[in-house]
Amino acid sequence: MKHKSLAIPYVGWMALFVVAPLILVVVYAFTTREGGFTLDNFSNMVQYAGVFGRSFLLAFLATLVCILLGYPLALLLAREQSRLRGMAMLLIMLPMWMNFLLRTYSWVFLLERNGFFNTLLETVGLPKLDIIGTPAAVVLGMVYNFLPFMVLPIFSVIEKIDPRVIEAAQDLGANSAQVFRRVIFPLSLPGVLSGVTMVFIPSVSTFVISRLLGGGMNLLLGDLIEMQFLGSAYNPHLGSAISLVMMVIVLVSMGLMNRFGEGEGEAVLL
Amino acid sequence: MKKTLAIAVSAAMLTGLLSACGGSGTASNGEVNVYNWGEYIDESVLDDFEAQTGIKVNYQYYDSNETMYAMLSGGGAEYDVIIPSDYMIARLISEDMLEPLNFDNIPNFSDIDPELKNPEYDPENLYSVPYMWGLMGVIYNTAMVDEADLGSWDLLWNEKYAGDIVMIDNSRDAIGIALKSLGYSYNTTDETQIVEAVDLLIQQRPILQGYVMDEIFGKLEGGNAAIGTYYYGDYLTMLESNPDLGFYLPEEGTNIYVDAMCIPKGAANKENAEAFINFMCSTEVGLKNCEAIWYSTPLLSVREELDPEVSSDPYAYPGAEILAQCESYAGLPQNILDLYDSEWTRLKSAT
Repeated sequence: MKHKSLAIPYVGWMALFVVAPLILVVVYAFTTREGGFTLDNFSNMVQYAGVFGRSFLLAFLATLVCILLGYPLALLLAREQSRLRGMAMLLIMLPMWMNFLLRTYSWVFLLERNGFFNTLLETVGLPKLDIIGTPAAVVLGMVYNFLPFMVLPIFSVIEKIDPRVIEAAQDLGANSAQVFRRVIFPLSLPGVLSGVTMVFIPSVSTFVISRLLGGGMNLLLGDLIEMQFLGSAYNPHLGSAISLVMMVIVLVSMGLMNRFGEGEGEAVLL
Repeated sequence: MKKTLAIAVSAAMLTGLLSACGGSGTASNGEVNVYNWGEYIDESVLDDFEAQTGIKVNYQYYDSNETMYAMLSGGGAEYDVIIPSDYMIARLISEDMLEPLNFDNIPNFSDIDPELKNPEYDPENLYSVPYMWGLMGVIYNTAMVDEADLGSWDLLWNEKYAGDIVMIDNSRDAIGIALKSLGYSYNTTDETQIVEAVDLLIQQRPILQGYVMDEIFGKLEGGNAAIGTYYYGDYLTMLESNPDLGFYLPEEGTNIYVDAMCIPKGAANKENAEAFINFMCSTEVGLKNCEAIWYSTPLLSVREELDPEVSSDPYAYPGAEILAQCESYAGLPQNILDLYDSEWTRLKSAT
C-alpha cells in the first residue's frame, strides 16, 4: 500500500472514460432536447419491450450454445497433454487476430442466398440454406464471435484444478462420471460464470452482428440505441434512457447469477 | 508589352513547374476534411486534387443523410465539405448549420445547369453547389421477376417475391416510397398520412429479406435478392457486373434528388473547402468522376463531353415528360421530423 500514487493514472483513466460518459448518459436520459427534466424517455419505453425481449432471448441462446460447444472443448483441451493443445489454442485465437467487423462481414458472404455455403450445397445436390436475415443467423454470428470468450476462462480454470483432488476422488472409488459431476464440474463453475458474462454482455448489446447478418430486420437493443445516436432516428435522450435501462437489467441479472454461483464469483470478470 | 507578357508567361510556367515538383512531396497547404456518401466519388480525383493544390484531403464516408446529420450535430467531428441531399440541406440551413459560400472562390459555378441553380432547398443559392443528381427507381433482376409485375411501387409489396425484396434503410426514402404508393406527396405534413405509410411498411416487413443501403450492390449484383430500390447511377454501376438487372420508374411517381456540396458552420479550412468544391466542378474532374459513378452531372460542359449514348439516356437526363412525374424532397418542420424519427423506430422495432 506504499505506492498509492501508482493508482493515480488508473483512477484518472476510469474517471475520464468510464465515470464521465456514464454521468453524461444519466443526464441525457432524464432531459429533453430543450434541456428540461423529463421521465418521458422511460415511460415511452414500453413500446420497445419486444426489442428487449428479442435481445435477451438471442443473447441467452447464443450463451447456451457457447456453453454446450465451449465446455466440452475446454475440458478436452485442458486434459489433453499433447501438441494438439497448442494447435487447438492457436486455431481458437486465430480469428481474433482479424477485425471483428471483417469476420462478421465474411459470414454475410458465406451465408448469402448465392453465397459460399449455398453454392456448395447446390453442387452437391442438397437444398439451400436460407438463414441470412433471420434470428438464426444472428445467433450464429454471436456464437462464432464470442465462443473463444467462453472456452478460454473454462480452460484456464479446469487446467488449474489440482490433479491430486481428482486422484483422491478416484482412490475413493468414484468412476469418471462421478469425478466429473462431483469434482471437476463444481470446481470449473467460476470459469463458466466468467464465460457466461463475457459472452452474454457483448451479445445482448451487439449491433453489428444483427445489422449485417440479421439484414436490419432483427433489431436488437444495440441497434435501437445506435439508431438514436448515429442512425436514422436521431434522439440521444431516448438512446441514453434505453442504455441506462439495459445496463441496470444486465447488472441485476449478473448479480443474481453471481449469488447463484455461491461465492465462487471472485473469478467473474465484470 | 509583348516582353512583359513573355516574362509573365515564363514566370507562370516556372512557378507551375516548381509547384509541380513540390507537389509530389509534402502537402504544405493545409488540409481539407471531406465527408461524402460511400461509393460516390472516383477516388483518384482526390489524389489529383492533392497533387494540384498541395492540400491534403482527409476523406470519410457516411451511408445516409441522417447519419451525416447526427455526426454533424454531435459536434465531435470536424468537416470542411459535406455533400447532403436537398431536403437535408434545407434542414441544415434552417438550423443555421451551414456557412455561406464565397462564390468568388468557386468560378466554376458558372458551369452548373441553370435549372439546378437557386433550387427550392436553397432559394438564394448561398450555401450549396450541386454535386450530382438523379432519379430513384426500382431495380430488379430480369431473370427472377415477371415482366407483368413491373411498373408500380407495388412490386415491393408483391408476396410472390417474398424473401427476395430488399428495402432502403433510411426513414425519408422508405416512408417516402410508402407515401407515393398510397398516392400522397413526399412532403406531406399530415401526420395520419405518415402513420398510414409506416403501417404499410410494417405490413411489408414479413416479405423482406432486409433493409439495406450500399449493401444493395452485393445483394443485387450477386443475385442474392431480386428487387430493390436505389438510384439510377448506382443501377448503371451494378449493371456492369450483372447484365440481368433492369430498372424502371414507378408510375405513381418517384423522387428526383440533388446532392450538393456545402460547408458546415465553423469549418476550419473554409478556403480549402471552396478550392475543393471549385475543383470538383471543373470539366476534366467532373467528367472523370461522372464516368466512374454514373450519376447525372450538373455541369453543362461535362454533359457535352459525355458519350452521346449516356447523355441521351432518358433516365439519366430525363425530359420534361419524366420530370413531370418526379417530386423532390422538401425540408420538413421540426414536429414532422420528430414524427419521422419515432415512426421509423416503431417500424424498425416491430416484431
